[in-house]
Amino acid sequence: MDFTFSDDQRVFCDNVKQFLHSEVTPERLRSGWDSASGRDDTLWQQMVDLGLPAMLVPEAFGGLGMNELDFVLLAQECGRVALAEPLVETALVATPLLACQAERDTRCASLLEKIATGERRVAVGHAVNPTVSDAHVADYLLLPNGNEFHLVERERVKLIPMQSVDPSRRLFKVEWRPEEETRLVNGAPGVAALAATLNRGALGAAAQLIGLAEAMVEMTVQYTTDRTQFGRAIGSNQALKHHMANCAVKTEFAKPALYRAAYTVSQRPVHADFAVSHAKVAAGEAALLAAKNCIQSHGAMGYTWECNLHIWMKRAWALDKFWGHSGFHKNRLHQWLMNPNAKIGADKTFGEQG
Amino acid sequence: MDLNYTPEQIAFRHEVRAWLDANVPVTPLQSFDTAEGFAQHRQWEQTLAQGNWGMVTWPKEYGGRGCNLIEWLIFEEEYYRAQAPLRVNQNGIFLLGPTLMEYGTPEQKARFLTRMASGDEMWAQGWSEPGAGSDMAAIRSKAIRDGDEYVINGQKVWSTRAVFADWVFCIFRTDADSERHHGLSFVLVPLDAPGITVRPIPQLNGLPGFAEIFFDDVRVPVANRLGEEGQGWNIAMATAGFERGLMLRSPARFQETAKRLVALYRAHANDILDLSVEDAVVKSFMDAEAYALSTYQTASRLMKGGKIGSEASVNKIFWSELDQHMHETAMRILASNAELLPDAKTETDTGHWMDGFLFAQSGPIYAGTNEIQRNIIAERLLGMPRK
Repeated sequence: MDFTFSDDQRVFCDNVKQFLHSEVTPERLRSGWDSASGRDDTLWQQMVDLGLPAMLVPEAFGGLGMNELDFVLLAQECGRVALAEPLVETALVATPLLACQAERDTRCASLLEKIATGERRVAVGHAVNPTVSDAHVADYLLLPNGNEFHLVERERVKLIPMQSVDPSRRLFKVEWRPEEETRLVNGAPGVAALAATLNRGALGAAAQLIGLAEAMVEMTVQYTTDRTQFGRAIGSNQALKHHMANCAVKTEFAKPALYRAAYTVSQRPVHADFAVSHAKVAAGEAALLAAKNCIQSHGAMGYTWECNLHIWMKRAWALDKFWGHSGFHKNRLHQWLMNPNAKIGADKTFGEQG
Repeated sequence: MDLNYTPEQIAFRHEVRAWLDANVPVTPLQSFDTAEGFAQHRQWEQTLAQGNWGMVTWPKEYGGRGCNLIEWLIFEEEYYRAQAPLRVNQNGIFLLGPTLMEYGTPEQKARFLTRMASGDEMWAQGWSEPGAGSDMAAIRSKAIRDGDEYVINGQKVWSTRAVFADWVFCIFRTDADSERHHGLSFVLVPLDAPGITVRPIPQLNGLPGFAEIFFDDVRVPVANRLGEEGQGWNIAMATAGFERGLMLRSPARFQETAKRLVALYRAHANDILDLSVEDAVVKSFMDAEAYALSTYQTASRLMKGGKIGSEASVNKIFWSELDQHMHETAMRILASNAELLPDAKTETDTGHWMDGFLFAQSGPIYAGTNEIQRNIIAERLLGMPRK
């Protein structure tokens, strides 16, 4: 029993964190809002050069052969800088889905190799999401159809842009027709692929939500330290301290749930539902509380377009509902708790829940 | 990261479970806030000691078992699973014990730790005073040196278990002219010393769980001082860290409550009208799990040489508000029957939920109020300005 990350995992995360902090600035995010695609090809290629989109791609297909647990700290950092590029969805959701089919489907194998080199990009749809994000910059789309996943060229679908409250997010309704030749997986393996994709998507969203929450608290602590009223820093008032402390408590107890979920998804995927839903709900609550308490602590400034806070708030509001909203995940937890055969007890914390 | 128990840890769990199954009293003990119940609990401490299960994390030389923190968590999980009696000497075991190990002289350790481990001496805590609650540096009770003795005068209040305990560990002002956190010392006092008057204070359930302690020219040897004269504040802060930190409230306690809550919810699922209950049950279970996960995470980190700091305040807020939330949820499920006490002739364990509900009200208050903890988090963990 050892619930800590390895030194390698921490060092890797620290390196990526430094990279993201120097490259992904609020100014760069804002400039993306006015561009046609909203995406930054230079930044994507930099991430490809670092091996990030292919972190979970098996080494045989040109990736780093890592797993969800190795990636979860990075996903947190993507949230911390409010990264607009679809790194989490590509690395944590799309490539593992392709990798599962790569042994028996050469299209997947070749696509993985090209994702690793940056020549191709893939977006993922799922029934829990009404839209597909970043479909416009993808060469291929992984789309669900009942119990099937299809791999469809973007040229063969019609994308209808849907505007998000978060100007960094690019969402699309997809009109398409499933064909025999686009089908990647069906039947029981299809059900398993859909379930695993949902869990990986929710895990990635949860991780980003934690990073978003911590970033909002950090910028608000700074703001309330600098801003003075009645001749002293507003952050010296107990009311504001308690707003921030409440955020810290929520976030600190969402993190171990997130890490258990990442571990379970990577080591015992068939038992991951409970852990993932717990993480998603807890991370969502932490991020929503941070958004609410941080805008309040910023006063009128927080309600402006000019103040950077809304970049993080809007992402939090969006991701809290993406890859399963709280109602979806709480219902999964509730159903499990009501199951008479559910294994409940302190000795089952790391056991076969869900 | 490896979230599997080792074969040794699994074997340890079985060993604990077998011993508890054979030794936990079949009939629940009376409350330790009654004279009979206190005696029963003292006897249980001695039974634990005889099996060497009393102080699992203490070093063997002081009567412990030398277990690491993961083994401690496993022990606690089994302890609550077996519904073993509450630890009447928790102030001694979890607060004074670790403090003695860090600051005590070899003689003090030999004298006090062994008798705590054997279940022979029960401890109370004497810190708060009428004018010193959250603001503990306002302490006024004095212990003035006279040769090899301190002469103590003053008053302590809210001393849990002091009505029936044998000893109390206190903070006194040893420098009469000092102010605030200077000039304080940490002193161990036998509660049968001449000049001590213990006045019971009934708690919310009517039982004398608190006491007020009056000191009137009470003499104790200087050898009863823990640490240096004037070092009392720093030692007390270390003790408070133990109190809020890992040991006092193990997650198993809350996981067991969450498990009972789920059972209560399932049993009443068809007659619950309050729409918020479903959400509250899910939240209760998730939060109890989260507290366990966080504790495993901290334990793993400490075993690799890490330290616990202001996150102790984060823990204290979380477990106390979790406990309150779970019991509020139980009250909502029990609805019109919620007010019934354990003696009421009901078919369910309604009354025991009320016992827990009453106790849960104290969680956000003791061990430093949650408001104080939030200040500590904001200032020390997040770096917000003090003034």
